[in-house]
Parts: sequence; C-alpha cells; structure tokens
Amino acid sequence: MALLQIAEPGQSAVPHQHRLAAGIDLGTTNSLVASVRSGMAETLPDEEGRHLLPSVVRYRPDAPPLVGAAARAGAADDPLNTIASVKRVMGRGVEDVRRLGNRLPCEFVPGASGMPRIRTVAGDVSPVEVSAEILRVLRQRAERTLGGELAGVVITVPAYFDDAQRQATRDAARLAGLNVLRLLNEPTAAAVAYGLDRQSEGIIAVYDLGGGTFDISILRLNRGVFEVMATAGDTALGGDDMDRALATWIMEQAGISDDAGHGQLRRLMDLARTAKETLTDAERVPLRLALDDGGTWEGELTRERFEALVDPLIARTLAPARRALRDAGLRPEDVSEVVMVGGSTRVPRVRARVGEFFGRPPLVDIDPDRVVAIGAALQADVLVGNKPDEEMLLLDVIPLSLGIETMGGLVERILPRNTTIPVARAQEFTTFKDGQTAMALHVVQGERELAGDCRSLARFELRGIPPMVAGAARIRVTFQVDADGLLSVTAREQTQGVESRVEVKPSYGLGDREIEAMLRDSIEHAEDDRDIRRLREQQVEAERVLEALRAALAADGDRYLEPGERAAIEAAAAELERRAAGDDAGAIRRAIEAVEKASEAYVARRMNASIERAMAGHRLEEFE
Amino acid sequence: MGGGVAVTTGGQDHFALFGLQPVFALDRARLDARYRELQRVVHPDRFAAASDQERRIAMQQAARLNEAYRVLCDPLARARYLLELRGHRPEDEQQTHRDPVFLMEQMELREALEAAETGPDPLAAVAAVMDRIASRSGEVMDELAAALAGEDEAATAAALQAVQRLQFFRRLEEEAGEREARLLEQG
Repeated sequence: MALLQIAEPGQSAVPHQHRLAAGIDLGTTNSLVASVRSGMAETLPDEEGRHLLPSVVRYRPDAPPLVGAAARAGAADDPLNTIASVKRVMGRGVEDVRRLGNRLPCEFVPGASGMPRIRTVAGDVSPVEVSAEILRVLRQRAERTLGGELAGVVITVPAYFDDAQRQATRDAARLAGLNVLRLLNEPTAAAVAYGLDRQSEGIIAVYDLGGGTFDISILRLNRGVFEVMATAGDTALGGDDMDRALATWIMEQAGISDDAGHGQLRRLMDLARTAKETLTDAERVPLRLALDDGGTWEGELTRERFEALVDPLIARTLAPARRALRDAGLRPEDVSEVVMVGGSTRVPRVRARVGEFFGRPPLVDIDPDRVVAIGAALQADVLVGNKPDEEMLLLDVIPLSLGIETMGGLVERILPRNTTIPVARAQEFTTFKDGQTAMALHVVQGERELAGDCRSLARFELRGIPPMVAGAARIRVTFQVDADGLLSVTAREQTQGVESRVEVKPSYGLGDREIEAMLRDSIEHAEDDRDIRRLREQQVEAERVLEALRAALAADGDRYLEPGERAAIEAAAAELERRAAGDDAGAIRRAIEAVEKASEAYVARRMNASIERAMAGHRLEEFE
Repeated sequence: MGGGVAVTTGGQDHFALFGLQPVFALDRARLDARYRELQRVVHPDRFAAASDQERRIAMQQAARLNEAYRVLCDPLARARYLLELRGHRPEDEQQTHRDPVFLMEQMELREALEAAETGPDPLAAVAAVMDRIASRSGEVMDELAAALAGEDEAATAAALQAVQRLQFFRRLEEEAGEREARLLEQG
C-alpha cells in the first residue's frame, strides 16, 4: 500500500525506478554477495568466476590487505598476519575471547576499551575492521557487476547472534561504506530462498551449520508469508570445531605438542579441513603433514574414526533443536521439511543424525553455500523499495529474552525469546527506598536468572521521580523492538510524566569516538561532500513526501478530510515546496516534519481504511 | 508507544481487531488467516518506499497486531483477557489459595517431578508426570471454557478460579519442560 514512488529528481520521471540493492552473506568461512537482476536472484562472481569469497584477510606491511583466496593461500606461511574466521570474535569483548579458549592462530591484544585487537604487521586491527575489509571487496564486486552505487544491502547474521554481535556487524558495514537496510537472520534468509523456489507451504525447519555458528529455526510458510515460530542455536559451534577435533586427534597421532608454532597449527587445521571434505565422498583418506623439524608425518583417517570424533559436536546441535521445537509447541514429526544450510551440512554423519532426529531425510539438493545470500538479495530488493506489490513477507522473532535488572541482581523478563517483531510491551516497576528520585535501569539480554550472567546491553537513568514512600512510585518501562530488530527502552514515571529513553546500541567495548575515528581514517567522504550529500538527501525526501501527498489527496482527500484539515496540510506542503528549492538542509528537515505532523491524522485514517478493507475479507488490490 | 493519533486499533479490543466475537471458543485457522492478512497490509516492510511517518505508524500497527494475536492464541491469556473485558481481574481473587485440595495436588505433582529424576528411568518418569499435568490441565481448561460461556456471578467465579488454577499448571509445565530439557542434554 505504499504511496506512489517517484524517480530521483534529475532523472527520467519513471515510476518504480529500480534501485540497486544486494544481499550479503558474511560467513565465518566464506562470504558471498547476491542481487536480483531481471527478476532473478543470483550470486555475483568475481573476475575469475568465483562466487565464494573466503573470509580471510591477510595484512601486509606496506600494501593494502589481501582478501579472499589470495589471503588464504598464504595463511600457513604468514599465520599471524592472516586472519580467518573473524566472525567468531565479532562483538565479543576481551573476556569473551579468553573464555572461549580461542585457538585461532593469531595474536590477540587488549584494545583501549576492552575490545580485543589482533596484532598484525600493519598495526593492531579490530575484528570490525577485518570484517569491513571483506565487506568492502563484496561491495566493489557488486557495484562493478551491477554498474552503479548500491542504495542498500541486507546482511545476514546468525539468528542467535546477540545485540553486541549485531552492532559489531553494523559497524563493519558502516566502515565499508554500506547502507544496511536490515540485518537478516540466516535461517530466515535460507527459508525465503528455498520457500519461494519451491512454493512450499507448511512447517519447515532450517538446520544451519556454518563454519563457526549453529542456528536452528522453525518457520511456517503460508502463501508468501514466512513466520518464524522459534529459533535457537549456538554462536560458538560450527565446522571449525569439527576441524579442531580432528586436528587434535592428528596432533596426538603425530606426537605434536600443544605449544607448537602458529604455522604448524595452521597447517594442521588446513589438513583437518581438507580431510573432512574428502571424507564426504570417500571412506578413508590418507594424511600427510609437514612438520616443523622439516620432516613429514603420514597417516590415515577412516570415516568411522572421523564420525566418532565429531559425534559429540553433532549431539550439541540437537539440544537447541529440541528447545526450538518445544518453544514452537511442536514435535519433530510436525515438521514437513528439513532444509540443510551451511557447508558443514555436507558431512554425511550430520545429515544422517538430523534425518534420524526429525524422522525424515533432510533436503540437500539446494546449494547450502549460496542459499543465504540469495534470500538476503530477495529481501534487499523489497526493502530498498523495488517491489511495492511484493507478496513475500517475513515475520521474524527476537532470539533471546530481553529484560531489566531488578533488586538482588535478578532479571525481570519483559520480552521472552521468540516474540514476533515488531513488538512493544510495558511493565511497571517501583522504587525501593523512601524518597528515591532517580532510578538506574540496566537492560540485559539472555535466558539466565541473574543479570550478571546475561549480556549487558545498555544502562540509563530516569531522574526527577517525585519523592514518595518506597513502593509508591509507578515507573512504566516499555521495551520496543522494531522490524529491523532494534531495541529502544523508555522509562516513564506515571504521575508526573518524567521520561527517559535509550536506543540500544551495545558498545561491546568500542566507544562511539573510536568508531568515528575509524570512519575518519577510512576517508569515505570529505567534509564538503558530506554537506552536499545531506542537502541532496533532504531534497529527495521532500520530493518524495510531496509527490506521495499530492497523489493521496487526489485519490481520497475529500473522503477523509474536513476542509479545514485539508487547508492546513496544503499550507504545510506549500511551505515545504518553498524550502526544498533552497539550500538549507535543516530548514527542509523541519518543513518535512511539519507536513508529517499536519497530515498525521489523514495518514492514519487512510491506513485504518485499508485495514478495514482487509478485515472485510477483500484484498487491497481490488480497491485500487 | 503512546502519543500520536489513535489508529483503528485504539478503540478496538483484540477480538474486534480480527473480526471475531468476544467469546472463548476460537477458530484458530480463521484467526491465523486473519493475522496473516492484516500483517500483509500493515507490516513496516510494506512501507519500504514510503515516508518515515507511515513506517512509524505501520510499526505501531504491526506491534499492536502481534500483541493481540499472542493474547488470543494462548487459551489462558485469552481467558484472562475476556474476563478483563467483562470487568474482572483474576489477580484480585484469592480463591485458589483457600483450596487445600488443589494445593495438595500441586505439591504432589511437584514431588513426583523431583522423584522422577532420581529414579531408574528419569526421562520416562518425567514424561509420565508431564502427561498427568497435561491431562489435569486439560480438564480445568474444559471447566474454564464452560464457565466462560455464562456471565452470571457463579459462572464468573468459576472462570476466575479456573484461570488461577491453570496458572499453577502452567508453571508446573514449564518446570517439567526444563527438567526434561536438562535430562536430554545430559544424554
């Protein structure tokens, strides 16, 4: 029901101007970029025809970093400067990295504000900067292939990523000069790509085992509406862990000690990964490893031995699967299709055990590497405005409970996990001391009972509470999560209306100033460019608002407006038109806001009417 | 979420929002279909090319829809809501606490759960207790449905009591579910 779109001023006034958008799968092991072209979503290859970009960045002393296959090729020779699987530490503080017992063969040093940095020959880099290098390459690839600047991208993240990990991903995108339309959950993206392709209906489970993360989502598909019922996972479990289990076994067989050098460890991991992949089609694989002392170790690995080594890891994926089913109120047999996503689902043992669990063979004939990027591209096409009449709709959920810390360090859950978004819910709290005039609010995320065991998202204060007896004050705390998954929390004292609000952007150890500094260093736009850009943006927005308003008034202005109301709207519109012709971005912004305020009731009435039409059982299109 | 203009949903209760009668018996398939239909119209993603203002209103509408859907889907929440619409609040009634027979039953079920974990086949034992809870809970749910069909004082009192009892059962079910999950993870 979007009001009329218009073309960018200065271009031909073709309605529904196509804007360039892409979907990006920023994976632990490999990344991809995809876009919708001529109605088809496809992954975009590089100049050598390769679609997958290994998520590996190699820093060099006097040259820009290498990204992708070239970086990976040199990994064993230059382990400390070659960073792989950086996704495993995105949004994690130094403590998290230490607790994960991370054995990524690179050197971590604590940064200024508790965020881990990686020491390389080109300086200490943050995981966000490393991810930005990967995103930058994908952006260039997309813009070169599509022939223009990207208006926006949808980037996928594991459904089970918490808000700190998501914020880190957004920051990396900003650094790479990308406008993020939305962060989309990987299983949901896969479901969209798969579901639209098959025209499926019913309950599907998406089992997504990537290099470093595991997600399971249960969705219901019905005529283009994809409803996530529940999601669960483990953000520290993936194919890398299978490689590690195998590498540990090889070390034991070869008599290599734990304190072997980084180069040796890297060669071990490479060997483990190759062996694992070979065993997908073979029953046994010969092993050959170069040793630090110049010698070579040779051995053999059977599929049986490999499966024994990875069985405990696969078992770990079944616990979240059970919980997701329970949260969705379903049993395994209620699922009509099981979709496998992620390179690690190629392992035959994984397929076998997942098939056993659900009592049906999982679907394996879609490309587990590309399906997520494809789904992201489809969603990007919708969110950038190319498809106003699109049938497809994604109804996603928050993966982790959100709450407030209360007395005694306990968590009061305001939004339980798997709540469909957008959502707004409130709860009342009170003061605990006589005469208390301020309240400290601590917003946390997670399933534990104690706030200290949950992820801390934000702290803010409500001041100016009128002094009362303890327990008499009524503080209404509202949690709102929008369709993009962004949380804002408002605290409002009910008698006097004193209010305080925070938009949650967890810092995960990186302060705003550090991000601004990184952005300055990346020199995306010079100062002058920024002002011109801002003016342009306001002018374009003004045109859009005016055109949409004109069209709406022409269609039904008389039906929904009193003459006085219409006059007020038209006056505000005239003022906006005047301002838009000038060069004061701030004045244009204010004039837009004035038009919005004047037309608020009108817009609401129009939307109400379309709801009523839908309610009466008619599709909206019949009336237009 | 307040402020701004009242949209349709401001004056309507959850049932009216979906075009349903304010009664306990619910055609779930119809509710689901209406929910999807309405989300297709109001969801913010439908306003990707529209103004910020429309997106804001869309967000409020969609959130309101999600809340109403959640309440109506859950029989216990639906019952509470219906009673609230009729002017009664289950929290204000204290009947259940005065019912020793019911409390004894709850204690017994709780003890059975604990005992289940220490027996020879914990998973099966917990599952058996969960079946008992589900069965009893189902009985009270039937009582609730019958009580809500009437609106006189006796019926309302019975409904309020049933709601309170179901809350107890709900908590037990959650605990049992958590125990089962823990047992399954231990392998």
